[in-house]
Amino acid sequence: MTTDLVAAQPARGNALKRAVERFPFLPALIILVVLLVLNGLYQPRSVSFIGLTGLIKTYLALMLLAIAQTYVVYAGDIDLSAGAIVSLVNVAIITAMDALGGGTGAVLAGLGIGLLVGLACGIVNGIVVATLRLQAIVATFATSIFFTGLALYVMPVAGTPAPTAFWRTYGGRILDIPFVLYAVIVLAVLLLVLARTKLALRLLSVGDDQQAAFQSGLPVTRIRLQGYALCGLFAALAAFCITGDTASGDPLVGGKMTLNSVAAVVLGGTALAGGFGTVTGSVIGALIIGLIGSLVFFVGTPSEWQNLVQGVAILLALMAGILVGRRASR
Amino acid sequence: MSTMDQTPRSRFSVIDIVKTPLVVAVALIVFLLFLGEYLSPGFASGQQILRLLIVAALMGIVAAGQNLVILGGREGIDLSVGGVVSLAAIIAGNLMAGENSGIVLAIVGCLAAGALVGLINGIGVTLLRIPPLVMTLGMLGVLQGLLVVIRNGIPSGRAAPGLSQFVTQPFLLGLPGIIWLWIVIGICMAFLLGRTMIGYRIYAIGSNEQAAFMAGMPVKTTRILLFVLSGMFAAVAGICLLGYSGSSFANVGEQYMLPSIIAVVFGGTPLSGGKGGYTGTMAGAILLTVLQSILTTINIDESGRQMVFGATLLLLMLFYGRGKALRA
Repeated sequence: MTTDLVAAQPARGNALKRAVERFPFLPALIILVVLLVLNGLYQPRSVSFIGLTGLIKTYLALMLLAIAQTYVVYAGDIDLSAGAIVSLVNVAIITAMDALGGGTGAVLAGLGIGLLVGLACGIVNGIVVATLRLQAIVATFATSIFFTGLALYVMPVAGTPAPTAFWRTYGGRILDIPFVLYAVIVLAVLLLVLARTKLALRLLSVGDDQQAAFQSGLPVTRIRLQGYALCGLFAALAAFCITGDTASGDPLVGGKMTLNSVAAVVLGGTALAGGFGTVTGSVIGALIIGLIGSLVFFVGTPSEWQNLVQGVAILLALMAGILVGRRASR
Repeated sequence: MSTMDQTPRSRFSVIDIVKTPLVVAVALIVFLLFLGEYLSPGFASGQQILRLLIVAALMGIVAAGQNLVILGGREGIDLSVGGVVSLAAIIAGNLMAGENSGIVLAIVGCLAAGALVGLINGIGVTLLRIPPLVMTLGMLGVLQGLLVVIRNGIPSGRAAPGLSQFVTQPFLLGLPGIIWLWIVIGICMAFLLGRTMIGYRIYAIGSNEQAAFMAGMPVKTTRILLFVLSGMFAAVAGICLLGYSGSSFANVGEQYMLPSIIAVVFGGTPLSGGKGGYTGTMAGAILLTVLQSILTTINIDESGRQMVFGATLLLLMLFYGRGKALRA
């Protein structure tokens, strides 16, 4: 009897440990569910189909930027220019669509240009951090200043509107289903495919131990560069969503998103040191940031207190996530 | 050739001296001053240099705390300094409310606030073992929220005339008080890092925390102290910034958050910690300020200015501690 009990104890700990190892985003998922329930209690409509679609529509950009950030964090790097890339792509596609007439063809061409701009920015970051071996935090801060300057060059003042065809589609419905849900499905498939590629695994092994990865024959520099390139592409996708949501160009629109994308990655259980994490977690992290914001609003916090309460809640969530994740994985 | 390879490297090798971050920074400062004078005569006049030094002192004081946290290693970094500078500026403005009699109270209040923020950061980083980037990022969010609350409740305060004078007017030997303050901070930092037990511990913890712990050093207490000092230095900078601008406005401190880190890197302290010092950081802060000032002097658009600034920062970083190439 007693031996059974003693034996059962570590077994249970192991199950939890295995679960968190396999799904590092579990603590985040619990926080997400709790937040959804709380949101539902204070404002039942917020967890309805329409309410949740609205939440996704608003935070899809942050989710994508958090995904972008995740790929560089996998390899133990960081991208403080992610928000600046969003701004640059935003003004680039608006300007391109505007110049090409604003029709369907122009929108598609604009999106293509946007992806190229995002990719180019990512490659610049990759060269600076991986090839030239500058320290990621300061180097990507420097590139963020450069990208912001470029965005200001393309569009000195905010306000140029997006073509109607573009934001109508983003905010509209196809076959009675909101467009963003299609986007989410495509995104999910894309992430599944990416998770199955060699690149994700290679990024993680570089982040886990760069020296070991190098010694086992991995092209470490190229892998880190590819991580930054992927980050640039997803930042471009985030810019598409922001543009669909705000329907206008703003050379500074993404600046504030950078630090939130880092917070979302950490909330999702991904280690900033690299080598451990999931993109699913980052998506959940972005939703947590969104839900904390709406919950603070729904409980009737006076408007001037909202930022403070939100800030404290995010700090506590960050700490709780790290503590729970560590306790479970020990 | 072969004989040269065999001779032990001279202690005063010219190449080593030229590659010292401090030397690089000072050389670049001198070069930029000449360039500025060439582009716009009067740029390197005494009055202008004095103004540059005042601005550099504000950045340099923030960077002192940042420097300490980074030296302590384990990915040490303090993103909350931007929030603390803004917070201190508004607290100081309200406590002194334009009266000289309130200066002492304002200084005490701001230092306490800065120390408190640093203490919370330090506890989070050591006792709860939250990575410094995450902890101070979260703290930044809290402070930004706090600033919104404070701003809604009370009017933004004014600097006391004595404080403004201290920051902008000549105080001793033609130099404003803030520059003397910065020099004193520089001497204290050099003393702290080079001559005291605490400084010895900071380097030890920064280069090998495990070994420092095994040697019986109070690792956690020391690291908490570093964050507390970082908060206090940011608070001092916030008070001085209030004196410089006369009144505090929204998020004045944010402009110091990442540049303070760059000043440290330009000063030759790598983000991995354990080596470097504050003298270089002072030069780094001056270098950053001169660079920014040149860009405001020459007549180009804001967009061009930012592009040149970003590209120049990258170029300068090539001079400083690039990572080691991977070897099998």
